[in-house]
Amino acid sequence: MRRPEPFEVFQPQSIAEARELFRKNGSGGYFLAGGTDLLIAIKEKGLAPRYVVDLKKIPSLSGICQISDGWVTIGSLTTMREIETSRVIRGRYPFLAQSAAEVGSIQIRNRATIGGNMANATPSADVAPALLVLDSRVKISRSEGEKIVLLEEFFVGPGKTVMESGDVLTEILIPPTPPDFRGEYIKFSPREMMDLAYVGVAVGIVVDGSRKICQDVRIALGAVSPTPMRAHKAEALLLNQEITPSLAERAGEEASNECKPISDVRSSAAYRKEMVRVNTKRALLNAAAGYVENLSWMARRDRRY
Amino acid sequence: MHTKIQIRLNGKIQTLTVPPFRLLLDLLRDEIGLTGTKEGCGTGDCGACTVLLNGKPVNSCLVLSGELDGADILTIEGLKIGPHLHPVQQAFVQEGGAQCGYCTPGMLMMTKALLEENVNPTEEEIRFALSGNLCRCTGYAKIIQAVQIAAAELRKSGK
Repeated sequence: MRRPEPFEVFQPQSIAEARELFRKNGSGGYFLAGGTDLLIAIKEKGLAPRYVVDLKKIPSLSGICQISDGWVTIGSLTTMREIETSRVIRGRYPFLAQSAAEVGSIQIRNRATIGGNMANATPSADVAPALLVLDSRVKISRSEGEKIVLLEEFFVGPGKTVMESGDVLTEILIPPTPPDFRGEYIKFSPREMMDLAYVGVAVGIVVDGSRKICQDVRIALGAVSPTPMRAHKAEALLLNQEITPSLAERAGEEASNECKPISDVRSSAAYRKEMVRVNTKRALLNAAAGYVENLSWMARRDRRY
Repeated sequence: MHTKIQIRLNGKIQTLTVPPFRLLLDLLRDEIGLTGTKEGCGTGDCGACTVLLNGKPVNSCLVLSGELDGADILTIEGLKIGPHLHPVQQAFVQEGGAQCGYCTPGMLMMTKALLEENVNPTEEEIRFALSGNLCRCTGYAKIIQAVQIAAAELRKSGK
């Protein structure tokens, strides 16, 4: 395996210092979070930085906070393993903890960060669909100040986001969810561990328990378009309707029509579309199973943390 | 292009002057001479290079020396307790949890990390924890038995 060509490593103590280092040193610089994408790019894809600015010594970038008005913030340098094992995340958004646990191995998840994963904008990122159904936003620090962007508008294309050179992603913000909000994430992949998704489907839903009526729903898909995406047309089918297996089936078909997968080494586009149809239905039925009896497609995949 | 770092390596504080772009794996093997840590894939897929960084298992092939100032690193060479094998090492020897042995240092470090968090793991939990450690001899059955024996030993000794 190729070794990195010489480059400088800076370890700033604050975001302002990090941005200043980046500005002062000019082109050829990369911000370093967990390194599980950047080091691979250097070793496998010939990326040759002149310098990297390591963000790990900036204390304010790490950690998960519950804010009094129901928001939860996740610092961009929080590791996937911290999210997977966090009491707050497992208690409030178990499907987000599960999606983090789907990434790589424990060794990788001890390094990989949620901010690095979002900034890298891989279409198949497992955490992205889960964050999309939570209506998450990202906070970006730039010279003009801070900017908050909806995650749905943050991704622009494979590996591309709205961030400009020198911007630092500092926080993921999750708005309050209703107490009866239920979420589900299904990663459909060839291997159970250590693999990328053929497709990833997340569903977040609020159902009126007595009338079985869907009051709010979000569906997000991974690995089936240039960016992680919301399936708005499928959502519209479900809103204010009674959740039944046949309606879930129709929503799956709609999501399958909406997505724009490519054929690659993992799977053909046609297969991905079919798997979106099936897994959207399954995710919907699993998420709604808490409200509606006999709806669950199957026992939840029993995940251990 | 060199940077000065202070690390605690297998319990000993060391001050080193290293190229910041040097991988932790290469720092250990080529500059310090601790060759127990192995390189497999070099891309974080196989776990052969697993070491504990600040108590947590990581792939040392994806860590830069320039990130390490103040770090606490434990490698396979530091696993022994005085002159005695660690119960995890003892169990792998006893159960034959190694064939060619190349993945073994990584397996042992990951097992130590698992048992520190959970001293009574189910087989599923063991498989989940070791999913980032590949054994291409495919000797997983004995490895998992060894982890179970080590866990029982650690429970008995209350460690």
